[in-house]
Amino acid sequence: MPAVRIKDHWREQRLFDQRAIIAAVLIGLATLGLLTRLYLLQVVRHDYYSDLSQGNRVRTEPIPAARGLILDRNGEVMAGSQPAYQLELVPEEVPDIDDTMKRLVDIGLVAADDVDEIERTIDSSRGFDSVPIRLRMSDEDVARFAVHRFEFQGLDIKTRQTRWYPNGDLAVHALGYVGAISEQDLKHIDRAAYSGTSLIGKLGVESAYETQLHGTNGFREVLVNASGRSVDRQGAFVPELKTKAPAAGADLVLSIDLKIQRVAESALAGHRGAVVAIDPNTGDVLALASLPGFDPTLFGRGITASEYGALQNDLDKPLLNRALRGTYPPGSTIKPGLALAALTYHTVEPETRKFCAGAFHLPGSAHVFREYHNEKHGWVDLDDAIAHSCDVYFYGLAEVLGVDRIATFLAPFGFGRPTGIDISGERPGILPSREWKQKAFAKPADQIWFPGETVNFGIGQGYLNVTPLQLAHYASILATRGKIWKPRLVMAYRDPQNGQMKPVPPQSEGEVQGVTTEDWARVVHGMIGVTQHGTAAAIGLHAPYVFAGKTGTAQVFTVAQNERYNASKINERLRDHSWFIAFAPADEPRIAIAVLQENGGAGASAAAPIARKVLDAYLLDADGKVKPAP
Amino acid sequence: MIYEEVTTGSRTRRTLTGAARVLFALKIDGPLVIGLALISAFGLVVLYSASGQSGQTVVREVGHLVLGTAAMLLLAQVNPNFLRRSTPWIYLAGCFLLVVVAVFGHIGMGAQRWLDLKIFRFQPSELMKIAVPMMCAWYLHERPLPPSPLSLVVLGVIVMVPVSLVVVQPDLGTAALIAAGGALVIILAGLRFRVIAALAALGAVGAWFGWSFMHDYQRKRVLTFLDPQTDPLGAGYHIIQSQIAIGSGGVFGKGWMNGSQAQLEFLPERSTDFIFAVIGEEFGLLGLLVLLILYVFVVSRAVFLATQTQDTFARLLAGSLALTFFVYVFINAGMVTGLLPVVGVPLPLVSYGGSSVVTLLAGFGILMALYSRRKLIGS
Repeated sequence: MPAVRIKDHWREQRLFDQRAIIAAVLIGLATLGLLTRLYLLQVVRHDYYSDLSQGNRVRTEPIPAARGLILDRNGEVMAGSQPAYQLELVPEEVPDIDDTMKRLVDIGLVAADDVDEIERTIDSSRGFDSVPIRLRMSDEDVARFAVHRFEFQGLDIKTRQTRWYPNGDLAVHALGYVGAISEQDLKHIDRAAYSGTSLIGKLGVESAYETQLHGTNGFREVLVNASGRSVDRQGAFVPELKTKAPAAGADLVLSIDLKIQRVAESALAGHRGAVVAIDPNTGDVLALASLPGFDPTLFGRGITASEYGALQNDLDKPLLNRALRGTYPPGSTIKPGLALAALTYHTVEPETRKFCAGAFHLPGSAHVFREYHNEKHGWVDLDDAIAHSCDVYFYGLAEVLGVDRIATFLAPFGFGRPTGIDISGERPGILPSREWKQKAFAKPADQIWFPGETVNFGIGQGYLNVTPLQLAHYASILATRGKIWKPRLVMAYRDPQNGQMKPVPPQSEGEVQGVTTEDWARVVHGMIGVTQHGTAAAIGLHAPYVFAGKTGTAQVFTVAQNERYNASKINERLRDHSWFIAFAPADEPRIAIAVLQENGGAGASAAAPIARKVLDAYLLDADGKVKPAP
Repeated sequence: MIYEEVTTGSRTRRTLTGAARVLFALKIDGPLVIGLALISAFGLVVLYSASGQSGQTVVREVGHLVLGTAAMLLLAQVNPNFLRRSTPWIYLAGCFLLVVVAVFGHIGMGAQRWLDLKIFRFQPSELMKIAVPMMCAWYLHERPLPPSPLSLVVLGVIVMVPVSLVVVQPDLGTAALIAAGGALVIILAGLRFRVIAALAALGAVGAWFGWSFMHDYQRKRVLTFLDPQTDPLGAGYHIIQSQIAIGSGGVFGKGWMNGSQAQLEFLPERSTDFIFAVIGEEFGLLGLLVLLILYVFVVSRAVFLATQTQDTFARLLAGSLALTFFVYVFINAGMVTGLLPVVGVPLPLVSYGGSSVVTLLAGFGILMALYSRRKLIGS
């Protein structure tokens, strides 16, 4: 039986006091523990938490820099920035979004098809953010909204900077365009530098000179609360916030002369093709046209899928920059180069006449190399052969010269590699040789160079492929009798603040070596003959200046051996491409040009008249007199 | 100056001063009241800043304090013997109300805690914070101490019934405080340390067992307590932001109403459970040190008063009420500084909220009643 326990009040009091003392000790220890923790947070790690709290409350808002203007060589604006009106909605201020959207559709400010998309955007935005629901409103749209404004609580018209191309699609393939920054773009740019920027150069000068045009964005620190809303004070405290003004991008002065560009584009209008005009003394590109073009403004305001689809599926390929990316056989325009090669390697006697009976045979082969249109030139020397574009003469010339010497000689003229123009996207074309053929083909049987291919080379057909820019570059090297300047579009930067010009010096790439002055003169003489009594005599008629040219016709469709080429019978798109290269004035050239008209037929009939218009526009004053050299 | 020297003729005797006489008549302990008043005043100053300069909030909190003080004064007048005799009824009524809440209660903040009495909403779990230690003290009053094993079982039931009812609401913080109130009575009653150790071990097993019954939000709180960085925008957000607030306050603080974490609303529940972080941010380590000293002073005084009471019921109840107050402080400060999980315990007399203030001050009223009615043996 357990002992009966009796309450002992004195003992219990002592026990309680003991426990109270232990409790007091524990309280002391717990308080010490708390203070240690506070010491760690507030003293040891104070700086760390200070930074975190600073990062919490101050948000940096970027101030985008104004994008630089793009001007032509005379100072005419080709690309600028313009405020555009857009309709914006603040979700938390709109009582009924569905109803608001319905009424916007009713007055025609929002397309019914876009409503779902817009509502999704609104749903994913914060309540106090201003959400753009209609971009690029016309003046009429703005006016219509103004009439109904009182009915639309929480909606307002805002402005933002968009890229503006005052000349529409003029020179679009040189200018390029700006568009929304894509995932792809983000890989190349410094994201921090672009925060606040919504548009980036995508092509042409806009893309190649993106860094200079973009400028440096500024920023403004704003105080925000936990929900991201900007507030102007924190309790009783108004903190000091930093601001950095943006530095506007530089203005670009292009070598393009819009007057020439307009003439080139209107002369080519209605056709597919390209015109490239270069100042042979500097490499300045005076005109760079590729038709058809497109309106670059579409991309800056946000192109719709259907608009982009239409451009992409257009049979005429308006998005293709034919001047840089279209590659075609040069046809007979290559003949002056071949003539120079033959003269330099002494494989031809320029005064010796050869007989053209309209056809050429390689020894031991049944294959017939025909004259264009089955013409018969009779007895021709080198000068006549250039002026009248005698194929038979050049078949023989090429055969004797051999492909390797041709390739070696033509390389400095810029064939088979990009010219190095200061915008990207240029295609290298093909300058064929035995070595090239071995690399280009996989099967050993295909890698063999056939003698017949050299013969074809003589008239610029076969593997030889060039871009209009390359041919203009070639024409400008012929014009300067061998001096090579890298083609370029940007000739100066202009400071947007003080208008100070910083010219970009032209870039020399040396000279064509080994060609004698006499040989240059012989070939140029032949080319002058082209415009005076040769294939383009009709075009050269009554020109107040002497100019050198060469027609070319590039085959698209191979006519069978026993058939005749009949342009009217075959599909328009299978007709020959028409080429013309020229430089003027012939003795002191100020402009060199290459014109390509796709499926235009013979060079003399389609491309040459376009070239003449451009030359006239550049060289003649209002009275039709030759302007004095600058 | 509680006593003054009074000289009448040749005799000099010590007698109470005028103010002390008033306090004595009201059964109020001066030092304790001064401590509580200082904490409350500091609390109101902080609350004005933490509520975003809301005078209305401060006025309402003053109302809570007035109500609490009235409860304190009223309870201080109650005869401890009457209180002891009513204890079982108060306890049973509290348990009954908890059942009612479980069945009909008002749902607020995802938990069922309130009884809507039309005029005000009443949390029976608050009542249990006092009723459970009272019941434990009542049970041990007539029994020899330290408590026998059988008594421990009965006490276990007394504590666990209301605690379980509060856990299912679910309100872990209040449940922990109720359990602490009961446990403190038992420990103060002289529970042997090996038994405490054994119970602690049992508790660990129970915790593991309890884990499997926890709500997802409770588990998440435990997990993010262990590593708040794992869920910085979700469950860990509270703790991370409160640590940023305290840490960035430094030694001297950013100044009253200048705490960016608090003023710009990065700190959640800044005027209630996380107000400790506002003090840390705006008044720095010094502010928190002053506050902790005040708390320790109040607790020490309350424990001292408990040792001066003269029967078992009074001693155990007073001791438990005093120590529970410190448990409040420690759990709140511990959770806000990232030492303990976030369980939703307000900072006594500083956090905004009526229930907590009224309960705490009522507790101190009872403590004063117990102290003031001691038989002045030997004096």
